[in-house]
Amino acid sequence: MKNINKNPLALAVCAAFGLAGSLVTASAQAQVSDNVVRIGVLTDMSGAYSDLAGTGSVVATQLAIDDFKAKNKVSWAIEVVSADHQNKGDISSNKAREWFDRDKVDVVTDLVTTSTALAVMKVAKEKNKIALISGAASTRITNEDCNDVTVHWTYDTYAVANGTAKAVVKQGGKTWFFLTADYAFGQSLEKDATDVVNANGGKVLGAVRHPFPGSDFSSFLLKAQSSGAQVIGLANAGTDTTNSIKQAAEFGVTPKQSLAGLLMFITDIHSLGLATTQTMYLTEAFYWDRNEETRAWSKRFFDKQRKMPTMVQAGLYSATLHYLNAVKAANSDDTQKVMAAMKKAPVNDFFAKNGTIREDGRMVHDMYLMQVKKPDESKYPWDYYNVRQTIPAAEAFQSLAASKCSLVKK
Amino acid sequence: MTEIFGIPIQALMGQLMLGLVNGSFYAMLSLGLAVIFGMLNIINFAHGAMYMAGAFFAWMGLTYWGIGYWWSLILVPLTVGVVGVIIERTMLQWLYQLDHLYGLLLTFGLALMIEGAFRYFYGSSGLPYSIPEELTGAINLGFMFLPKYRAWVVVVSLVVCLATWFVIEKTKLGAYLRAATENPRLTQAFGINVPLMVMLTYGFGVALAGLGGVLAAPAYAVSPLMGSNLIIVVFAVVVIGGMGSIMGSILTGLSLGVIEGLTKVFYAEASNTVVFVVMVIVLMIRPAGLFGKEK
Repeated sequence: MKNINKNPLALAVCAAFGLAGSLVTASAQAQVSDNVVRIGVLTDMSGAYSDLAGTGSVVATQLAIDDFKAKNKVSWAIEVVSADHQNKGDISSNKAREWFDRDKVDVVTDLVTTSTALAVMKVAKEKNKIALISGAASTRITNEDCNDVTVHWTYDTYAVANGTAKAVVKQGGKTWFFLTADYAFGQSLEKDATDVVNANGGKVLGAVRHPFPGSDFSSFLLKAQSSGAQVIGLANAGTDTTNSIKQAAEFGVTPKQSLAGLLMFITDIHSLGLATTQTMYLTEAFYWDRNEETRAWSKRFFDKQRKMPTMVQAGLYSATLHYLNAVKAANSDDTQKVMAAMKKAPVNDFFAKNGTIREDGRMVHDMYLMQVKKPDESKYPWDYYNVRQTIPAAEAFQSLAASKCSLVKK
Repeated sequence: MTEIFGIPIQALMGQLMLGLVNGSFYAMLSLGLAVIFGMLNIINFAHGAMYMAGAFFAWMGLTYWGIGYWWSLILVPLTVGVVGVIIERTMLQWLYQLDHLYGLLLTFGLALMIEGAFRYFYGSSGLPYSIPEELTGAINLGFMFLPKYRAWVVVVSLVVCLATWFVIEKTKLGAYLRAATENPRLTQAFGINVPLMVMLTYGFGVALAGLGGVLAAPAYAVSPLMGSNLIIVVFAVVVIGGMGSIMGSILTGLSLGVIEGLTKVFYAEASNTVVFVVMVIVLMIRPAGLFGKEK
């Protein structure tokens, strides 16, 4: 690359070749470009979120492709590429550019942190390709920063805050203090949870923002403790959340004050153990042990990955399968045609029933309020949750009326 | 309630105490780094990985073989020390005469490989390790609730740090070590086995990191990332204290922990940058560090 940059002539030659190449392919095929649909799984392979997405996301993608192929005979091939976005915006946008420009990737999926999602969405819009976001959480993706080539699939900060905060306030946790990861995601989660707490008659006493990623939370917990709030809302994720919970117990913050993990995954519960997390409320889009269908798919996943799937991985399966079905329905991998087909068809699989994609890019589906089981209630490995409530799709996500997305016609 | 700068004195005392706890980890890790740099001239980037390995060995001991916390405190540093000795014998010993960069690159590569291996096998979410029964519960200090375990960490690390300082600065063995660093050829001419001493020093340095790991296991989640989260701060501590200065790194470790704690009271967002701000200021005023001597 260095050499090319140094020599503008070489760059020009390359560009000319690229142009010629694309002309040839454009005329040679009518439907699926170069007869291959390429899916790029851009995820956290090495950092704090690699357990909840990571290689498991690639496994889920492959399962979706297997299932699609088993049911459909199509003339085009499907390929998967994957890379580590290291939770950094610049790395992810560079990778996405490289994939779109050079490797002819049609769709980039997963994107585990808000920073990477926002960066790749912009690149996708510029290159007119699709971004299917399963991992990232911020509602900014379907509000201020929304665009027409992105679908936000699995959950968002509004949905998880709405489910958990509402349940906790109803249980009598009226006063709140937030422990927030100091970046776009944490702030978004804190804001959404604050709105829910206020709307349900609770009161927010304050917040402390910690650097991301952190390892020692005792100082922040002490601040939360001296606030006297009944509930400490954890507006962070991954190891930040697990360390906060562990240290809260150590410093005697719990059980006098209770913790509400606003974004927790089953891998976090697995890591902390039930003794530490019992009776906590959390909101997820998916639980492997919810019904026959989820169990059957999760077992297939477990056989490959040796871990039960998180909602991010299950959601990614759903998004990938829906995308492939849309390509087949549109008989094209043209971005606008595929997006139209995806929005037209309801999402029906083990992950979502009658899910729909709105004009702001939000895929709306039911969410579930879970309560973590007590150690003696858990009968077999990964038996962690009681499903307390199904939050219907219409209530689970922010309403279109409140949306700040420019694509929403009001 | 009495207040200082609008902060209740209770909260302030609590944060100071916590700063001291974190400072103990910094002190113990930076001490190991300082010893290794002082004696071997190696910038040991694998230190964080050794600390992480220490925590993992403690977890493995408990999970696979039922070795409890107290035995781990002794066995794990020994194991990590042996790993260190093997690394020193097979790789590092060829680099002493070369530029610092070679040692840095080698140990950096090692750190990435060790971390990667643990992440591959154990994932990134972290594994639970519970506090030993004797140390559960907390002491009510009036201004805060100090978990017994944290108090224990401060005590152990102070004892270990001071003992190390004593051995190196005040005993005959320490004098040999210092002589071997100052002028290895002459020391060898007096019949002292310099390569052996250097090897043991490296082993001891990383054993300190391993001990840090065992102490950290019950306090934090045992995770492959725990070392890299800490190592940069620890390097900053060594730079501030003065490369190679033993007492310097102990005192700097503790005081930076406290400074960090105070930052968390006044402006939490800056708490992970404050160490580096201090580093910049110190380097501008005293390029060799607070306790270092210009060569």
